[in-house]
Parts: sequence; structure tokens; C-alpha cells
Amino acid sequence: MSSAMNPGTAATPQSDVAMSTRAITTGGGLNASAGRARKRLSRPWASAASIIIAVLWTIPTLGLFISSFRPRDQILTSGWWEFFLNPEVTGENYVDVLSSGTTQLTMLESFVNSIAITIPATIVPLMIASMAAYAFAWIDFKGRNFLFIFIFALQIVPIQMALVPLLSTFSRGLNLFGLQVTLPLGASGGYAQVWFAHTMFALPLAIYLLHNFMSEIPSEIIEAARVDGASRGQIFFRIVLPLTMPAIASVAIFQFLWVWNDLLVALVFADGGAAPITKLLAEITGTRGNDWHLLTAGAFVSIIVPLIVFFALQRYFVRGLLAGSTKG
Amino acid sequence: MTATDFFQWVGTMPPVVQAVIVVIAFAIVVAVILFLVDVAPRSGPWYTAARLAMCLLVPFAVMWFFRSYYWAIGVAVVVGGVFFLLDYRSRAGKGYLIQLVAFMAPAFLLLTVGLVLPSIQTFVASFMNSSGKSFIGLDNYLWIFGQPDGIRVVVNTIVWVLVVPTVSTIVGLAYAVFIDRTRGEKVYKVLVFMPMAISFVGAGIIWRFMYEYRGPQYDQIGLLNQILVWFGGEPQQFLLNPPWNTFFLIVVLIWVQTGFAMVILSASIKGVATELLEAAELDGANAWQRFRSVTVPSIRPALIVVLTTISIASLKVFDIVRTMTAGNYETSVLANEMYTQFSKFEAGRSAALAVILFVLVVPIVVYNARQIQKQREIR
Repeated sequence: MSSAMNPGTAATPQSDVAMSTRAITTGGGLNASAGRARKRLSRPWASAASIIIAVLWTIPTLGLFISSFRPRDQILTSGWWEFFLNPEVTGENYVDVLSSGTTQLTMLESFVNSIAITIPATIVPLMIASMAAYAFAWIDFKGRNFLFIFIFALQIVPIQMALVPLLSTFSRGLNLFGLQVTLPLGASGGYAQVWFAHTMFALPLAIYLLHNFMSEIPSEIIEAARVDGASRGQIFFRIVLPLTMPAIASVAIFQFLWVWNDLLVALVFADGGAAPITKLLAEITGTRGNDWHLLTAGAFVSIIVPLIVFFALQRYFVRGLLAGSTKG
Repeated sequence: MTATDFFQWVGTMPPVVQAVIVVIAFAIVVAVILFLVDVAPRSGPWYTAARLAMCLLVPFAVMWFFRSYYWAIGVAVVVGGVFFLLDYRSRAGKGYLIQLVAFMAPAFLLLTVGLVLPSIQTFVASFMNSSGKSFIGLDNYLWIFGQPDGIRVVVNTIVWVLVVPTVSTIVGLAYAVFIDRTRGEKVYKVLVFMPMAISFVGAGIIWRFMYEYRGPQYDQIGLLNQILVWFGGEPQQFLLNPPWNTFFLIVVLIWVQTGFAMVILSASIKGVATELLEAAELDGANAWQRFRSVTVPSIRPALIVVLTTISIASLKVFDIVRTMTAGNYETSVLANEMYTQFSKFEAGRSAALAVILFVLVVPIVVYNARQIQKQREIR
């Protein structure tokens, strides 16, 4: 999940991932409506408990959201619930926070940075992972199981293990046994470092999840294509990729959320002008932790894109799921 | 144009344009390679030409782009070797090797450079001093376990990994059961699942606002302190007083992770066979007995997935601690302390903390690998 997988939950071994992928893609009660009649809660206490949990889970975000639209002096002197007695709305906090920031860049620029970091860091690892997953699922070779378990086991490695050496690899170039293999990323490395890092860290989980989904494609489909003279590449592009779309979509949303919401990789790799919005927000929280008019609006600027992506893609997921269920 | 030129040229573009250019460039390279790979293993003069072109063009392109003879030589050897093997083995009908390499190579290259080598380096670095030059044995580990702060960091991490998965899973499961097949189930789900999309930094700010403290003489702006005041209590400094402040931080991760647990468990509950539940009902089992002896055993795999995922997320928790207390007031955890030591240029200590984190993750993943193996055996 969020971090996937949380995300912060990026690298997560999941023992029955096809199941969990489906669970995520279902989102709402899609299965529930299938075949079973809906009924009202039969137990009033269960109903009360679920309402209490729903309210508890919503209030913190709601409070911050309301505060972000209240005038500065009101945020600092009265609680956000007073808003209902004295509703007064302003957009000033948002204007202020977008132009504030560090000496190097403003919140608005870091918001753009977040977009620039997230697009390649979501698409590139998915391309690489789907190719590798295809090879694992449909090309038979010696040592396949061993290699696959090795990839799964790589999820053990917390990214904290890799951060510092990777940073020096980026700044000095890759040096193997005294042989300079690549040049340092150098001045051009602003975003490139972050892209590379996110791509590398995403691979084990993405390969694992996509492999599980791809290997469930009925082999008759692929054999039939073979007989018709399709090459591996054609099978990959025309058959496997389209049928794997639901899984690719859910891995993509997790990777997107993880990269957008990440702070650790950003702190280590995204220096100066390339910093994403989470890094700037964390800095503002450290230095101006009592400027609640900035913090509330800033938090919402950072939350809005993942929320939009999350809700927009949920529908797409359901469609992908339905397409997948008719394949047999 | 070399790789450096290309990246410098890209670097002059606006950020989002850079992102798009890089993705397109990457897609083109992948497409060209896959095309060459696709046509190569067949027989016929045209395909032979494609193979020849690949043997020559790919190393040249590499040399031109990276300005590195090593790379060009390496690639030429690999490509030539693969074609030799391919020709040799395709007689036995096994012309797949080149495809295998092409499909796997990018992932393996990146995993080796990005995860395998760095992890080994970190492991070695944990036995070195801060400059990484001299071997000091276990001193870094002794430093961590030899002082109360270090022990507290490890204990805090263990508290996180015990409390967060348990509470999130129980609440998520209860909620999933309560809202199962009710009116408005979708809305209920979205409300609790939404925090998953919020960054830990954002969540940290949201909850700092909930915990915000003002002296008793002022109006409170943090909801929790206001509730205390309404009930006649004194406002509290939730984030300053150990050991309870750790638990107030833990609340934030529980808030984020419960939605994840709920969605997965809910989907799995819907998969429980209706016949079993009806049979249990006919046997006179009440709702709680049906839940305990039919539902829970049926969703056991999902429970394991949820517990594992959330445990690992809690072990690695960093952002919440960083934004809410920065690890002060005895709230630090391994991941945060590792970053703190790294930014103090204490590379050895930072590496040792990362290794301890690794050691704590191992049993969880080993358990899961065993579960996978068992499932494969059943199939």
C-alpha cells in the first residue's frame, strides 16, 4: 500500500497476491452485489460501531481540510469546529503556501517536481518489470525457480540497506573491481538519481505481482498464438500485456502513490532544486511547525493528486477486473 | 551526442517535459531492442541481416552513447555470445535464449546495481568506522546496544511492529464484517480506505493538528485537547511525554493501515462459501461462533498477507516519526535513527542500524516464503 503497499509499504511480500490484487481492485463491494441480496445491518450495535469507526477515520482529514480554508488568525485562535458557528472562507492560505518554501524553490515548484519525479518512476519500472515477469512466466529455462525465489527474497532488503552505497554510486559512477563502468550522473542527476532509485526499489515487488498474474493466463491462448506463427514479442505485446492490464493498473497505482508520498528516497537523493513536495512539507513542518495556515493548505496540496488518481483509477480497475473475469 | 550530453540537454527542459522525454526515450530503446530480438531467431536472409545489424549496431550505439570502450566491448561480447549460443541451440529448437536475455537483462542489471551490490556494501560498511576506511569489528553494534538511546530505538521499533499490525488488522476485520452487505458499503469503505492515499508526511501534519497543544488559559485548536477540556480535563502535550508519545505516533500508522487491512479482508470475507455459513447456522451456531469457526479459518491466507504487509511497513516507519517529533522525546525508531546517523556522516553506525532492520525483517519474509511453498505444494 501506501506506501504500498503502502506503500511506505513498497516492498511487501504477499503470499497470495493474485488474491490481494483482486481485493484492491474491487475497492467497493463489487462482489457483494453478485448473487447475494443486500440487507440492512441486522445488529444495531454493529451498525453503531461501523458508523463510529467511519467518523473517527474521517474527522482528522476533515478538520485539516476545513482549517485550510479559514483565515490565518482564526486558525491560530480557535478550533476548526468553530467554523460551523462562524463560517468564513478564504483561499489565501493556498496562495501563501504555494509561493512559500525554501531558499531554493517554492512549494509550487516542488509540486511540479513531484509530478516530474512520479511519471517516469511509475512507468519505467512497470515496463521493465512486465518484461521480466513475462520471461519468468512464459519462457522455460534452467534455474527459473531459483531466480524467481531470489527476486522474491530481495523484498527482504529494506531500502535503507541500499540508500547510502547507491548514493555514492550515483555521485562517483559505478566502479566494479577497479573498472569504471559508468560515469557519475553529475549535474544532470537531479531527477535522474530519484528516477533510478525508485525504479530499482520498485522492481522486486512489481515483478513478483505481475508474474503471479501473467502465469494465470491459460496456456491454450498462448499456444494457439504460437501455432498461428506469433513471435515472443508479438505474444508479449498483443496477448500478455492486454490480459495483464488489471494487474498492471493496480501495481501502477501503488507505485504512483508510493513515489508521490515517499520522503526517505527524496531526502537522500533529491537535492536542491529537484526536491518533491513531501520533502518541502517536512522541512516547513520542522522550521515553521506552528504556521498552521501554511501547514494545513500545504498538506492538502500534497494530498490532492494521489486522491484524484486513487478515485479516478478505481473505476478503471473495476472495468479491468470485469474484462479479466470474462477471459475464462 | 553522448549520454551526458543527452541528460544535460534534457536537464534544460521544464521538469514535466523532462519526465515525458525520458519515458519516451526509454520506450523507444525498449521497442528497438524487442524488435531486433523478435526478428532475430528466425531463419531467412532478412532475419540474418537483422542479426548482423544487431551484432554491429548495438555495441556501436553503446559506445557512442556512453563513450565507454568497456561497455561497448562488454555488450559486443554478450551480443555475439548470445547469437553464437542461439545458432548453436536453435538447431535443437531452443531459439529462446536471446529473448530470455533481452526480457530479463534490464531488471537484473538494475536489481544488481540498485539492491544486491549496495546491500553487500552496507553490510561491510557496518563493520567499518565512520569514514569507511578502517575495520572496527562490532563496535558500531556495541555502540547501538551500549547506550540507553540505542536500546530505546530498537525497543520502540519492536513496539511499533507489535502494536500496529495487531490493532489495524483487528479494527479492519471488525469493520469489514460490520459493513459486509449493508447499504452504502462502498461509501463506508472509501471513508476508511482514503488515508491510504495520503502521504505519511500529510498524515503526520493532520495528526499533529489533532494533538496540537495550547496552555489551559487559551482556546484549544487541537481537537483531542478540546475534548479533554470539554470533559473537564487539562490539555496534554501528547507528543512530548514518553512513553505515551510513541503510542500517539503509532495511532497515525494505524489510521493509515486499517483501510488496507479492511479492503483485503473484506474481499476475502465475500469469498467465504455461503453453504458453510448456512450449514453452521442450521447447526445452531450463533453469529460469533460462525465468525470464529467458519469465517476466520477461511480467510487465514488473507490475514497472513495483511499482517505481513503491515508488519513490514511498521518496521520501516520513517516519515511519521520524522515529521511529527523528528525522533526527539524518546520516540525514535530504527529507520529514523539510520537517517539521522547518515546525515551526521556516521556511515558505519547508519549501516549497522540498517543491518539490524534487515535482521528484523528476515523472519517475517522467511515465514511468508514457507507459506508460498506450502501453497505451491497443494497445487
